[in-house]
Amino acid sequence: MNLNEWIFIGLFFALGWALPATPIVLGKILAPKRPNQVKQQTYECGVEMVGSPWTQFRAQYYIFALVFLVFDVELVFLFPWALAYNQLGLFALFEMTVFIFLLVVALVYTWRKGALRWS
Amino acid sequence: MELTAESIVFLIMSAITLGGGLLVVSARNLFHAGLYLMVSLLGVAGLFVLLSAPFLAGVQVVVYIGAIAILIILAIMLTPSVTQLPAIFNRQWAFNLALAAFFFVLLVSVVSPIMGELGVDAWNADFTQKNPADVPADSIVNLGKDLVDPDKYMLPFEVASVLLMAALIGAVLLVSPDKAKADEGGED
Repeated sequence: MNLNEWIFIGLFFALGWALPATPIVLGKILAPKRPNQVKQQTYECGVEMVGSPWTQFRAQYYIFALVFLVFDVELVFLFPWALAYNQLGLFALFEMTVFIFLLVVALVYTWRKGALRWS
Repeated sequence: MELTAESIVFLIMSAITLGGGLLVVSARNLFHAGLYLMVSLLGVAGLFVLLSAPFLAGVQVVVYIGAIAILIILAIMLTPSVTQLPAIFNRQWAFNLALAAFFFVLLVSVVSPIMGELGVDAWNADFTQKNPADVPADSIVNLGKDLVDPDKYMLPFEVASVLLMAALIGAVLLVSPDKAKADEGGED
């Protein structure tokens, strides 16, 4: 495995950790600590917090995530197919059309059932 | 094991995978356990890169971290109480330990004969010392061809689409709008 091609991704990985970690660590070291009850509240755009954030969320979030997952997995199948497209015949196009059609059926069903509408 | 650049990356990625997994099972907060799962999966993506499988590494990040871990976290958020689990060990810990040990033995017994066939000494092997020529550069193109080849994986490919459709329709049926309204909790 030629790792040299991946050095840039490694650099981004390291930088991605370092950039948020540096101010957090610096803040811990440099900032004076005189906490009081108001200061220690969770900051949420200046809105006063009401109750605990650890409440039960509604099941609709799950549907959105699931729709996303289904089309994410479709992408995994589409990608190798698209790379090999030049070397494939008409039948492969037909197969992919069937594949996508079935997923569109599922999407239309979800849509018609109103599961995508935020109620 | 000689300390080459590859083996250092391998050690880091293994540490991320195992450390993340350990944090998943020891976290008192289920939500945090879900986040640690993402760390563990990221380590697995790094291991795929080391195995010259960049496509699988991409799939690992896009599907497992980007979608499945998010789905798990959202499922956790649907449960009424996710914080302050009373104990790290639940009542089934002995059964789970036996199950994990079983799968470990199964994996080792499946993989070690393959390594024996390849003439690899499992305990002292440098897994990263693989000739790049062993992996064809157009392996993803070959995967694309095989997926739609009627003699190879055409049927599983189309069945996958039916499975995805069934998953989506089943979930919509379970969480129909009237039902969601009934158990509407505090949100936003």
